Amino acid sequence: MKLSGAEIVLECLKREGVEVMFGYPGGAILPTYDAMTKYPEIHHVLVRHEQGAAHMADGYARASGKVGVAIATSGPGATNLVTGIATAMMDSSPIVCITGQVTRGAIGSDAFQETDVTGVTLPITKHNYLVMDIHELPYIIREAFYIARSGRPGPVLIDIPKDIQTEKIEFVYPEDAIRLPGYQPPQTASDKEIKAALELIHEAKRPIILAGHGVMLSGAVQQLQELAERAQIPVALTLLGKGAMPENHPLTIGMMGMHGEAASNLAIQEADLLIALGMRFDDRVTGNLKTYARSAKKIHVDIDASEINKNVHVDVGIVGDLRAVMDQLLPGVKGASHAEWLNRIRDWHEDADERDIINRDTGDELWGAQVINDLWKFTGGNAITVTDVGQHQMLEAQYYPHQRPASMITSGGLGTMGFGLPAAMGAKVARPDEEIWAIVGDGGFQMTLCELATAKQENIKVNIAIINNNYLGMVRQWQEFFYEQRYHATPMFSPDFVKLAEAYGIPAMRVERRDQIEESVAFARSVEGPVLIEYAVEAEDIVYPMVPAGADLDKMIRRPKPGESAR
Amino acid sequence: MPDHKPKKHLLVALVENKPGVLNRVASLFRRRNFNVDSLTVGRTHKPHLSRMTIAVDATRGDAFKIHMNLLKLINVVDVANVSNEPHVSRDLALIKVRANDAESRNGLTLICERYPARIVDIGPEVAIVEITAQEDQVEALINELKPIGILELVRTGVVAMGRGVRILDSDYEPVRPITATSEAKSFEVYSV
Repeated sequence: MKLSGAEIVLECLKREGVEVMFGYPGGAILPTYDAMTKYPEIHHVLVRHEQGAAHMADGYARASGKVGVAIATSGPGATNLVTGIATAMMDSSPIVCITGQVTRGAIGSDAFQETDVTGVTLPITKHNYLVMDIHELPYIIREAFYIARSGRPGPVLIDIPKDIQTEKIEFVYPEDAIRLPGYQPPQTASDKEIKAALELIHEAKRPIILAGHGVMLSGAVQQLQELAERAQIPVALTLLGKGAMPENHPLTIGMMGMHGEAASNLAIQEADLLIALGMRFDDRVTGNLKTYARSAKKIHVDIDASEINKNVHVDVGIVGDLRAVMDQLLPGVKGASHAEWLNRIRDWHEDADERDIINRDTGDELWGAQVINDLWKFTGGNAITVTDVGQHQMLEAQYYPHQRPASMITSGGLGTMGFGLPAAMGAKVARPDEEIWAIVGDGGFQMTLCELATAKQENIKVNIAIINNNYLGMVRQWQEFFYEQRYHATPMFSPDFVKLAEAYGIPAMRVERRDQIEESVAFARSVEGPVLIEYAVEAEDIVYPMVPAGADLDKMIRRPKPGESAR
Repeated sequence: MPDHKPKKHLLVALVENKPGVLNRVASLFRRRNFNVDSLTVGRTHKPHLSRMTIAVDATRGDAFKIHMNLLKLINVVDVANVSNEPHVSRDLALIKVRANDAESRNGLTLICERYPARIVDIGPEVAIVEITAQEDQVEALINELKPIGILELVRTGVVAMGRGVRILDSDYEPVRPITATSEAKSFEVYSV
């Protein structure tokens, strides 16, 4: 059967099980768009900006565990994907981006809409391809999907010159196994490594598990809970690790790091053993490396060998698939109680309750934390939340406990403002039966709000909650703490979000009082398509606790207790 | 990370002979802020494999990081840090030296006798000295030639190989259909 390059692309996508792709057409990718008419089983979502396509593919991938697909034209179309690709790279999200390229003969001539996209994306993709021979195309697409989803997942880009899309060859799908000599994702640990890890676990008096995104990526959620329960080891979560362990579980302490639970951070600093599972000791998690968990031995399990000993020197480093390693480890784990240690951590918690704004009467004021807390309450804690980046993101992490994997989607590593809305739309496309809330700030929302039109056109039911404080809140918080309250370039004008939504034909509502939140959730649920709710919150909010960048992890700025003065 | 003193590490990488592989390796060093002393690349006896020797000044910990990051590249088939084992390493230099009087010519001959070096070109004004030796010997020769007057100098960078039966190789054979045109493209125009 003779197929054009464009048809081969779609044929291969179909065989990879792709049902939807997010993209934007243009000259160099037009042959592929034309071929889409022959493949109605692959739905194409027309975005309003290619960044949105990449974030949607990312949200789709994180919500479903499948590979998300974004497609764009050459030059500006491809460069607009860059932020989304970098976001997926930092958070190990499997996406495949397909870009058109100028014809082979024109490459290197500065042709119209030509950009060296494989060059541009080299450092922000797990791997990328420039297709120069149509015979390689089916192999490349298979490899791309395999590389994207296996090992430590990540984005893969395939750049396809226009003349390859139109060239025709006899098509035979390569059924034989993929052979990538330089790519063998690691699997299990050695017996020696397991033995060494078990010894440390059994010796420890004050152990703590640090659970990251990898727990969910490898499907080790049950194994994690089993380890924690059997050996009575408390679990702290990274931002992307939220959902790895139910947050109502008595052994879950909460998030760690810059805006983590004080109890988590104090426990890490006091611990005599860290068991780091599928996390990478990001600087937002460790604070000052010199003083980080000084008295603790460390076990680190990660699928990426280059993560072991990268930031934190560990005593036992295990490179492998976390679930496989946990299955090796668990039979040897003996029961323990660690009662005294768990009690100490509980004491630290109670102090936090006393400081928490949620437990205070704030009169007529509406605070971001209250909005998130009440959204949690009225959605039954069971929604999939997708956040943007900033104060609302940290508040979400603190006040919306998640009980199941992949129920919180956020840009952690890259901290990409503008991620929230498109990623939520991708998540909704992946899991249409779930209640999806995009929780965004007024700043980040305005970076990608053009996707409201996409949501309307495709009738993607996302509930958009804008936490509007009329500031770039997190930057303002830094200015308050570290730049003597010089609020330069952070006060922010915004349009009337309710009118804006209505202009897109999207029902909307504005909430100014806490007692309207319940109604707003009911309203959101009553609307069939996308819906927008603006929560007008107090302007000068602060996310507590906060470990200043580079400070010791236990040197947190805490919210003053009632009666205490600030700082 | 226990901080050992930086020393010279020789990493040998077996890579797929494909377009852009050198770029990927070079990009990695820049991106991760690793300092490269020299990087050489050339084909092997297998047309689909190239071999790189990368010399870096790094602590043991950093050398390990570089090693792991190289392995992470899809097109890198295998990596060995040969400085951790007995190995042979060679650097080649061509040195153009002033040779326009009897003193310089005699000096040149005497110096070259003490090194694995030879004069490969000589004219009334200048001579070209070729040396193939361990890097430190090349350095020493260069220092000795300086007083005579070095006019031009080029070095290949270090290439290295483990001694004995430590074989860095791969059984891998490419699976892609190699058509007449694609073969020409992969191995001539776009060789790393």
